[in-house]
Amino acid sequence: MADTLSDDVLRRAAERAQSKRFDVRTMPGFTTIAVICFIALYAPLFPMAFYSFNAGDSIAVWQGFSWRWYVSAWSNDLVKDVTVRSLIVAACASGIATVLAVLAALGTTRTQPFRGQTLIYVLINQPLMVPEIVTGVALLVFFAMIKVATGYTGLIYLIAAHAAFCIPFAYLPIRARLEGMDKTLEAAASDLYATPIQAFRRITLPLMTPGIVAGAMLAFVISLDDVVITELVKAAGQDTLPTYMLGQLRRAITPEINAISTALLAITVVLLTTIFFLTSKKE
Amino acid sequence: MKQSAENAVEVVGVSKVFGQGASEVRALDDVSVSIRQNEFFTLLGPSGCGKTTLLRLLAGFEQPTAGQIFLSGIDIAGLPPNKRPINTVFQNYALFPHLTVGQNIAFGLEMLGRPKAEVSDTVERMLRLVRMEALRDRKTSQISGGQQQRVALARALAPQPKVLLLDEPLSALDYKLRKEMQLELKRLQHETGITFVFVTHDQEEALTMSDRIAVMCDGNILQVGGPRDIYDHPADRFVADFIGESNFMNARIESVSDGRATLSLTAGATVQAILPEGVASSGDVTVVVRPERARFLKDGEAGASEVSLPATVETIVYVGTDTHYHLKLSSDEAFIARVQNDDRGGFLPAQGQAVQVAIAASAVQVLKD
Ligand SMILES: Nc1ncnc2c1ncn2[C@@H]1O[C@H](COP(=O)(O)OP(=O)(O)OP(=O)(O)O)[C@@H](O)[C@H]1O
Ligand SMILES: [Mg+2]
Repeated sequence: MADTLSDDVLRRAAERAQSKRFDVRTMPGFTTIAVICFIALYAPLFPMAFYSFNAGDSIAVWQGFSWRWYVSAWSNDLVKDVTVRSLIVAACASGIATVLAVLAALGTTRTQPFRGQTLIYVLINQPLMVPEIVTGVALLVFFAMIKVATGYTGLIYLIAAHAAFCIPFAYLPIRARLEGMDKTLEAAASDLYATPIQAFRRITLPLMTPGIVAGAMLAFVISLDDVVITELVKAAGQDTLPTYMLGQLRRAITPEINAISTALLAITVVLLTTIFFLTSKKE
Repeated sequence: MKQSAENAVEVVGVSKVFGQGASEVRALDDVSVSIRQNEFFTLLGPSGCGKTTLLRLLAGFEQPTAGQIFLSGIDIAGLPPNKRPINTVFQNYALFPHLTVGQNIAFGLEMLGRPKAEVSDTVERMLRLVRMEALRDRKTSQISGGQQQRVALARALAPQPKVLLLDEPLSALDYKLRKEMQLELKRLQHETGITFVFVTHDQEEALTMSDRIAVMCDGNILQVGGPRDIYDHPADRFVADFIGESNFMNARIESVSDGRATLSLTAGATVQAILPEGVASSGDVTVVVRPERARFLKDGEAGASEVSLPATVETIVYVGTDTHYHLKLSSDEAFIARVQNDDRGGFLPAQGQAVQVAIAASAVQVLKD
């Protein structure tokens, strides 16, 4: 039995295999790199949030705790005005984008695979790939033509622009939800005498709802945060919250801007957390 | 064309081709079969032979490339699934996860627009039928696999379809539960009087449950018949091999009279056997003998209706209820004899021993190819 593995050798090999099973977490420096990445991502947010509670006028010298900048932002009519506009644009744009995204997701997951399907994906997700500034300039030129032709200069242009670039953000979670959904459920519904419309209303729609809500929220957040396209498309006096803040930053900076940013951050975090739970929950 | 309404389902010359050109798959190739009223009919065959495809054609999820399908004599070619009085128990059950057990069972009836009182009555009756009364208000994700299977069954039975299709409904269950559900399914079929078309690749399951079995291979139906028929008289080598265990032996037809052939086995004996239709009356043929139809002889005491063959015991395998003796015949052909472990004290050889195996002449079955 000289050439078979002795028990001792075997045991040691097994132990080594146990401890060395490949796991990226055991790579040297993994923890350090991860911590550095998280710090780089999130550290700048803390001073911003911190100084939003500053009692003094500075965004760098701490003079005690106070809600004053939140109160000041809240009672600032200009801030109120742009916030309402931002919310209107985000609500309308995410609503439109979500409806279109639902249709697109149904069209790309609930049909026979067709020629050019990949092209359709690319086209739907185009706003993710084309540089935002390019889309912005294109929209600016395009809308200018319409404005000249019609004379209309309302908020619709902004809403339309936002809706356009929000579509992929609404589309992706909805499509993921539909793809994760067992297609035999719809077959079962039609087997049980449901017409296609009944099957959609009773089975497909309720099951895809978490995806729709997640998509709508994501689109809402994206619209709420947008600067580049808004800056290019908006008419005079159509500032949204982010473009207003950008304007303010060019002047004297007070912790009021910190307060607004922090509030915006809080809303975003709440929405993204909701999306996370909606999309990670099974069925 | 009107077909006889006696048959629940009539499949006439149906082919189904998926894809085109080089990637073309002929899932069904000119299949014809009749399924009788109130029958437990099983489609049996290896993976990929087209069982699911045939069920999907019956349910209306796919359209045949060629051929016709009749339901109680009516051609249902153009009807979508929701217009066919046929329900399906899906392989993965496909229960609606956002609905309760009761709502799942009620779904079909609601879609048919039945009055509320009737729906809830039927749901109660179905729950009793599958013994699930206590779980009516559970979400379907909160019940066990066996219970899900029952719900799927109740859901498909509730609208009282003319035909119930079951696609390997037991394959996800463990052995014991599967045995239990086999009897349960048999009972349900009996109580409801609905025609069941059952798909499985488990030959034992097919033999225990079916009134009739269709054995499929590569998109063709090779043989249709009762379980006993198929087991005792397999039409060809594939059926014999797929259903039960088989010993194949080469033989030569010496003479034929009255549909009976006198065969000389290469292994060294002469035996008379029925010559099935479609087999040439001379030349070489393959015969099949089931392992349990052989026994060991102690010094030449073969019965009048038996033939005896010399053999050597190569391996002995104990499998609980039986012992399998792997033998080598004088023709070098392998032969397995199965002897029940019943302490009845028949002669049992040892490994390496030279023996005589006796085979009942009626157990020798001539194959078509
Ligand atoms: N939608 C489809 N497109 C292309 N080929 C298909 C399609 N459905 C089935 N096939 C092919 O048709 C053949 C028969 O498939 P089918 O699903 O009917 O087999 P099966 O007998 O049910 O097998 P299993 O026991 O594995 O379920 C297979 O070769 C399969 O690859
Ligand atoms: Mg199948």
